Amino acid sequence: MERIFLDVAHMLAGGLVLVSFMLLYQDRMFGLLNVFALHAVVLSLSVGWQAHIQGAPHLYATALIALVLKALIIPVALHRVVIKLGIHRTIETVGGIGPTMLAGIGLVALSMVVMLRATAAADPLAREDLAFALAVVLLGLLMMVTRRNAVSQIVGFMSLENGLILAATGAKGMPLVVEISVAFSVLVAFIVIGVFLFRIRERFDTVDVQALDDFRGERR
Amino acid sequence: MALMIDLFVQGVQMLLVLALAPLLLGYTRKVKARLLLRKGPPVLQPYRDLLRLSRKEVVLAENASWIFRSGPYMIFAATWVAAALVPTFAAGLQFSWTADLIAITALLGSARLFLALVGMDVGTSFGGIGASREMMFASVAEPAMIMIVFTIALVAGSTQLSHIATFMTSHVGLRVSLGLALFALIIVALAENARIPVDNPATHLELTMVHEAMVLEYSGRHLAVIEMAAALKLLLYISLIGCIFAPWGIAPVGAGLTDYAVGIITYIAKLAVGGFLLVLFETSIAKMRVFRVPEFLGAALMLGLLGTLLLFVSRSF
Amino acid sequence: MEVSLAAIGLLLGCAVLAVTLQSRAAATRLVYCICLAACLAMLAASARHLLSGAEARAIHLPIGLPWIGARLRIDELSAFFQIVINLGAAAASLYAIGYGRHEEAPERVLPFYPAFLAGMNVVLLADDAFTFLVSWEFMSLSSWALVVSSHRESENRQAGYIYILMASFGTLSLLLALGLLAGPTGSYGFAEMRSNPPSPGTAALVLALVLAGAGSKAGLVPLHIWLPLAHPAAPSHVSALMSGVMTKVAVYGFVRVMLDLIGPPAWWWSLPVLALASASAVLGVLFALMQRDLKRLLAFSTIENIGIIFIGIALALAFKASDMPAASALALTAALLHVLNHSLFKSLLFFVAGAILSATGERDIEKLGGLVHAMPHTTVACLGGCLAISALPPLNGFVSEWLLFQAILLSPELPQWGLKLMIPAAGAMLALGAALSATCFVRAFGISFLGRPRSPVSASAHDVDAYSRTGMFVLLAACVAVGLLPGFAIDGMAGAVDRLVGTRMPVQASIPWLSIVPISESRSSYNGLLVFFFITVSTIVAVKAIHRFASNALRRGPAWDCGYPAQNPQTQYTGDSFAQPVRRVFADVLRARETVEMPTPGDPRPARLSVAIRDLLWELLYAPISGWISSSAALLNHLQFLTIRRYLSLVFGALVLLLLMVAIWP
Repeated sequence: MERIFLDVAHMLAGGLVLVSFMLLYQDRMFGLLNVFALHAVVLSLSVGWQAHIQGAPHLYATALIALVLKALIIPVALHRVVIKLGIHRTIETVGGIGPTMLAGIGLVALSMVVMLRATAAADPLAREDLAFALAVVLLGLLMMVTRRNAVSQIVGFMSLENGLILAATGAKGMPLVVEISVAFSVLVAFIVIGVFLFRIRERFDTVDVQALDDFRGERR
Repeated sequence: MALMIDLFVQGVQMLLVLALAPLLLGYTRKVKARLLLRKGPPVLQPYRDLLRLSRKEVVLAENASWIFRSGPYMIFAATWVAAALVPTFAAGLQFSWTADLIAITALLGSARLFLALVGMDVGTSFGGIGASREMMFASVAEPAMIMIVFTIALVAGSTQLSHIATFMTSHVGLRVSLGLALFALIIVALAENARIPVDNPATHLELTMVHEAMVLEYSGRHLAVIEMAAALKLLLYISLIGCIFAPWGIAPVGAGLTDYAVGIITYIAKLAVGGFLLVLFETSIAKMRVFRVPEFLGAALMLGLLGTLLLFVSRSF
Repeated sequence: MEVSLAAIGLLLGCAVLAVTLQSRAAATRLVYCICLAACLAMLAASARHLLSGAEARAIHLPIGLPWIGARLRIDELSAFFQIVINLGAAAASLYAIGYGRHEEAPERVLPFYPAFLAGMNVVLLADDAFTFLVSWEFMSLSSWALVVSSHRESENRQAGYIYILMASFGTLSLLLALGLLAGPTGSYGFAEMRSNPPSPGTAALVLALVLAGAGSKAGLVPLHIWLPLAHPAAPSHVSALMSGVMTKVAVYGFVRVMLDLIGPPAWWWSLPVLALASASAVLGVLFALMQRDLKRLLAFSTIENIGIIFIGIALALAFKASDMPAASALALTAALLHVLNHSLFKSLLFFVAGAILSATGERDIEKLGGLVHAMPHTTVACLGGCLAISALPPLNGFVSEWLLFQAILLSPELPQWGLKLMIPAAGAMLALGAALSATCFVRAFGISFLGRPRSPVSASAHDVDAYSRTGMFVLLAACVAVGLLPGFAIDGMAGAVDRLVGTRMPVQASIPWLSIVPISESRSSYNGLLVFFFITVSTIVAVKAIHRFASNALRRGPAWDCGYPAQNPQTQYTGDSFAQPVRRVFADVLRARETVEMPTPGDPRPARLSVAIRDLLWELLYAPISGWISSSAALLNHLQFLTIRRYLSLVFGALVLLLLMVAIWP
């Protein structure tokens, strides 16, 4: 395979790690959602490139799902959720940005060492992409752990999921990649709905639709 | 004979950076005004400003010391020597082996140290604000720059800029660590040149001044020298980014006259593109509050550290 | 060798002489002149030994323990450190001829100063464990006497108490370490230790003990607590010696044991050294930035520079263990060059602090200011010292840091993963320390010398006498010389590096234009002389061009200050305000807390801003240990007040126990 193909794949995987760091750096909600959209775009570019060099056309479907669902629909939906429910626009973190970024670097180093040792006999392209994918997963987990706000935790979960998809596409010949990504997206949709319901119950002490209709003054 | 040509090329480089620095400044101001739908000052205005300042009388504070009077020349000399050692249109400059990238960073550091000292010399609170903020930015920007130097040196196998430029033109494809280093270098360049989002070069409000606060007491020819040094620093950073990350067109060692001409033309094109991208970025982002800047520079330090770490782990990153 | 012994004898005699002379007027000048002569003699002798490449020479003296005697040996490493020590000591003696006149109680300082110098030199020459430890303790005791010489202030007494405690702890660790190296045969000579390398477990224990012993004397975190208390308490020329020279004797002890006596190193030894050194490099300078006392600031800065030296030594250990001798030589050369450089510029800066103290009576930078007009010569010396310590070209601090960075760039070749992850982090901390030290010394120089005087003593200061000035300028000239011509210094210490590591850096003196090329021409090179030349030429060109083409008119007036010039000098930036941004950025590390008390509207009381900085090491490490020691001492105190019957039963119990052991032991 030509050197340029490997380099572009590496660049895109490394770019995904970079955008994960940018996610950790954000301190405002709308900025976070925009950077998450960028994360999804880079993921879809990476998956699309893998589809091109592996000659696996079903991965184009994964890329398209990532692009449409995660780069467009979910950020817009979360945007509207944030405005409607009046969620705080600043992100409350546990620990400052400095220690979080330092922990992120430590996690990237850890995933490099683990992956490069554990897969010593595998194809070099796949090894390094897997190392980057594990780094994205760990950074997503770090984000979930260091954020107090539900929406930012959801974004962390989705970036974790993106890392898993990157790993799955990097390992050639993994079946059902498309189906897995659809399943993950459905899971995320349910989580978002769950947040919605949580807030409603918090405010009205009930999720009974009849009671809600009462409040809206539509009881007949 | 070859020695004479090499010395001549080095001399041309030194004069070229001196001549182009105010032009770059005027060009960025013009493009910024156009992007903001204003007409803007003429492109050659900085030259006129420098001339006007040098004809004016210097008003010196009563308790200003010899450090204050000689400061501008020291700052200018350090910046000019550093700028003369960055390959702009030709690699293999005659004296490029005297100072490598670490030494160039340290030379800019000594210029900054003198700038902070002259800020504190007269004993006003503005000078103190500028000096303390500038040194706080420097204490995070310098480690970031060293980490960037490590990343580039580990890829290119040398810390000398001529060898780095030659290496980058020939061997290198797209590499993750270089991408991280580029990102980090852009952040450090913005901070060191006092551009938005770190500092506003066009302000005189006390809450937002850093660089301007340190040079507040200067007037006349001293201020002209300081402004020239600031313009040279901007030129240096854009040339540095061009030399390392976009080295096409730089004339190799022992080239002919046509290669040098091509080198100069591509260099001017790189300055134009660099200036335009800088201004585009500046007009699309707001200035950060002061205590957000160490986090911004800390991100650059992390990126540099990450690039170095990746290269320590595996040479092919 | 004989010259050194004669000079040491002269110093000891001088100490006795000082006791007899008491506080007569001529005593100060006489004692310091004799010390100066002795130090210069030793400097010349050791320089000749090192540069002529002579073989090591040993001498066996019949003093000391009857079955060991005292063995002294001079080899390249001892000669190099003797050059460093005696250069600093000679400069301090020269400085003290003028400065010593300000001493209140010279009979408390004069006898111990030559003894201190003699002790340090004997440590460097010692060739067996007994001589080494005795002279080490002698050095500690004489410096303790100097620390408590101005005993009227309670903080000096407290500093002396902590110092003697930590010094005893250090000597105990070194005693145990050398005992382990001597092994079951009990052979205390260094030559026998060199030929019997210990087992890996014993070697690990020796590493820990030497790190505790030599590291505490050098000032490595977390054993640095005594340094910022004790170094400022002594008179200024002694502080210069303690910071600039005694810490180097501790470095010598570490290098001698770990790179020479203990044999081939293991790869993981450099990990704890690297960790402690990087922590020292950053914590030292962070705390230095927060200090108001000029001497305490310099003491904390010493901790940072010791961290830098130990990073170099750790890299040399790692390369030596992985069989990369050229890289190891580079790292060790960088460390040894920084030893030389630090002793030069730290002594210079302490001399400046002494000059300020004798001219104004103040050590607090918040009471200084405007000294650039009152003390012009001292200003130049201080500016040079600050430029050197901030590692800026073309002075000497930059060269050693540059060599260290080049050594770090060689370390991806190391095979061990632990080192591969640790060394980039250490490099980042090193760069952070260097940047913060520039900030620290801009603050120290700017607040003390520039601006307007903040108190009357600062306004009415005068420059110091000729001897003090000469002492400062000699060191400044040495800094400039090493910065412009580092190749000669590197070649000079090549003998010592070769002895420890097995190879040396390539010969520098033969490189064209006097550059230094640590590895190869294609990798990196630096030429201090040409950089200095370029800067000078550019400055001259700029000045000439401006004076030719621009207006020369100049007018003095009040400061502009954006149109609001404030007359009161108290409106200037203070040292605390200068350090505030850095304090905010590193607030977690410093545990800094700012509290503001705002009075209610109408209340005429002023608002108060208080800043509290907690030293976490003191609270988490030292306070529990000292509490534990006090409580166990209180428990043991009960043993003092027993009846005679109880004492008899104790003796009886011990006798029965020993008889039981003899009965049971197979």
